[in-house]
Amino acid sequence: MIKLKVNRKDYTVDVGPDTPLLWVLQETLGLTGTKFACGISQCGACTIHLDGEAVQSCVTPVSRAVGKEVTTIEGLSPDLGQPLQQAWITEDVPQCGYCMPGQIMSAAVLLRKNLLPSDADIDAAMTGNICRCGAYQRIRRAIHLAAQMKDRRGAR
Amino acid sequence: MSEILKFSALTKGGLFLAFAPNAFIRIGKDDAVTVIVNHSEMGQGVYTALPMLVAEELDADWSKVRVEAAPVDPAYNHALWGMQATGGSTSTWTEWERLRQAGATARAMLIAAAAELWKVDPASCRTEMGQVIHAVSGRQRSYGQLAEKASGMTPPQNVVLKDPGNFTLIGQPTKRLDTPEKTKGTAVYGLDVKVPGMLTALIARPPVFGGKVKSFDAGGAKAVQGVRHVVEVEGGIAVVADGFWPANLGRKALAIVWDEGPLAGLDSRKQREQYAELAKLPGAEAKKKGDVEVAMRRAAKRLDAVYELPYLAHAPMEPLNCVADVRPDSCEVWTGTQFQTGDRDAAVEVTGLKPEQVKLHTMLLGGGFGRRGVPDSHFVREGVQVSKKAVKAPVKVIWTREDDIRGGYYRPLAVHSMAAGLDVAGNPVAWRHRIVCQSFMIDTPFEGAIVIDGILDVIAVEGAADLPYEIPNLLVDWQKAPDGVTTLWWRSVGHSHTAFAVESFLDELAHAAGKDPYEYRRALLDKHPRHQRVLELAVKKAGWGKPLPEGRGRGLAIHESFESFVAQVAEVSVSKEGKVKVHRVVCAIDCGPVVNPDTIRAQMEGGIVFGLTAALYGEITFENGRVKQRNFNDYPMLRLNEMPAVEVHIAPSEDKMGGVGETAVPPIAPAVANALFAATGTRIRRLPIRSQDLKKI
Repeated sequence: MIKLKVNRKDYTVDVGPDTPLLWVLQETLGLTGTKFACGISQCGACTIHLDGEAVQSCVTPVSRAVGKEVTTIEGLSPDLGQPLQQAWITEDVPQCGYCMPGQIMSAAVLLRKNLLPSDADIDAAMTGNICRCGAYQRIRRAIHLAAQMKDRRGAR
Repeated sequence: MSEILKFSALTKGGLFLAFAPNAFIRIGKDDAVTVIVNHSEMGQGVYTALPMLVAEELDADWSKVRVEAAPVDPAYNHALWGMQATGGSTSTWTEWERLRQAGATARAMLIAAAAELWKVDPASCRTEMGQVIHAVSGRQRSYGQLAEKASGMTPPQNVVLKDPGNFTLIGQPTKRLDTPEKTKGTAVYGLDVKVPGMLTALIARPPVFGGKVKSFDAGGAKAVQGVRHVVEVEGGIAVVADGFWPANLGRKALAIVWDEGPLAGLDSRKQREQYAELAKLPGAEAKKKGDVEVAMRRAAKRLDAVYELPYLAHAPMEPLNCVADVRPDSCEVWTGTQFQTGDRDAAVEVTGLKPEQVKLHTMLLGGGFGRRGVPDSHFVREGVQVSKKAVKAPVKVIWTREDDIRGGYYRPLAVHSMAAGLDVAGNPVAWRHRIVCQSFMIDTPFEGAIVIDGILDVIAVEGAADLPYEIPNLLVDWQKAPDGVTTLWWRSVGHSHTAFAVESFLDELAHAAGKDPYEYRRALLDKHPRHQRVLELAVKKAGWGKPLPEGRGRGLAIHESFESFVAQVAEVSVSKEGKVKVHRVVCAIDCGPVVNPDTIRAQMEGGIVFGLTAALYGEITFENGRVKQRNFNDYPMLRLNEMPAVEVHIAPSEDKMGGVGETAVPPIAPAVANALFAATGTRIRRLPIRSQDLKKI
């Protein structure tokens, strides 16, 4: 039995300690916003936050999450989630949308650390996330927009 | 006639649920307008563009419009193909009439209901934002309030559609309806489906195409905790477990002896030589005009070039998967598919059930690009087989990325052998184009529609046989390469390779003639106003002819596909190490009347990334019969830091509506290759572009 804290809730799961966190979230807890796409930490579709840092849950054994705060797209805090999701809507970013939870989770860490990221900052933070539909230009615009919205909100 | 069409009201236990004037529309008492969409949403925006067609004629309140995936039913067949399927960039233009008719019919019935209620002439009522309004008396009712009464109205035989000048929604940039759920992680793709009691399976498939299981030992797999069953199915050995991870460990622990079959020695280097030999032999004629050989002999200058393009995997972000629940008298399938009818029929065949006992749920597709529309329905067959024969429980079969990259159904390997003759002024007088590639249509149920006289696969030569350039002597033919590796339509299909050969070679001709590649094209496109329209727009917006920073080059390509016309101008530079940087792409499209300009822009941007990824990186190769690539580490995708600035310009056009989803893919590889020639003097004739061909040190 493994104890986990996911999106501020406590869970006890019966899985092997080597099981990737991705599958515990997807299958055991039914948090299907975290996506499987490569399984080898190459594409970022499974990006979640572990104690606030972006990690690839497909290569993170569940045992590594014990005693840490796991955050998935479903539990992303509104101060980051709302501006990002609103910016994504304004820029009409997703096409198939499959990679988008991972994109937003990577962008959230960037915005928490960097109030107004430059293009180079966005390159550095987002290059681990593949979008096969090619929405990159819109992802970049949406991150800039979300940063501005978050900035305005903070100033109020 | 379909069951669905018999009712104009949906009821449950005598309770009114919704006004259902036809197969595509449901209007509830709560004013919600649900559009039942018969095309699969794989990112191309049909869950927004198609409801727009209905909402426009219905005068619906767009904020009340919802989408539901259609079940499998003849009512939802593709308007042209006689089966339910999504592909060929056809969704919007083939539904253009039918869905507007559906909306207009519903509107007429709502007006009739209101007019009867108010005892007024229907002609004195108008509609706006989901309301029927009788202005004279100041009365109005919402569609929800009228829904039940409208269900009793007789559908009109003929409805008059709006004059396009009166459109308020069609043609306006419209936000996608599916974005909120796709950004919150609540959108449900096939891989997210969970059914009570469901198990998860991975399948060990042959390491060589055409291979078969000779024998296997399941002992190691069964020893893995969580593995429930190990069974042989059509495609290989399925390991069925409580979840993905034990299935994965179990599959690794299988001991299988394979009969590798005739392709055990398949090797990409030898295959190149084989294709080069085939390219020397005349093939099935696809287009013939004048006498190419005579014209070539008389020409002042002759050019020859061979272009090569590799096998490509589609690699949608969501790997293939299928959930199947087979019971003695029913079968349910949940999957992201582009081919509902075929997949349902495959489930019928595997289970022996009747079609009405099989229910297929179309989920959101995490990318399709053609990979989810397979004539043999193999990924659904597998899922149903595992559930039925082996497990007698609901099962989700998951493909790993490695399964996907190595799983075949590739864009065919293609060799294009080109020759042209120029007169003294540099004008082309002869053009000979020979294509060598496999057919994925011959010997399939689609052969009748696609293959001429049993020998010419028209999608192997599309984009080549219909060469728009005015050249008096022309010969295009096709050599069928041997079967073996499974191949399939890959976003833009034949155009994905023919455009590279045609547009690169035309550029070579322009340079050989000492002419500007834009001027040269324009002069040869005299009789093609839509080509000219996008060509002019693209070069104007790109600043064609204006100076560029040192080391940069500009390249142009234009291509018609799926009845739309796209021109692109790419700006590139090359590092000393030969690494290509694409700085900017200007794209112009003429697709006729525009439904959602936002979607068109998104598809142009995405198509450019898709084609650029292939041009820069995409390649599936073989050694000892095995695919060498396995995942995104060695089958790379373009990433955000490599994204060029893409500008999309939609040409105003009242010509016939064409497709969008695939049409930006064909021109980008030749536009980039032509730009590389302009920047470096090196002609790229083989994809993907190799840095060793371009490095300066």
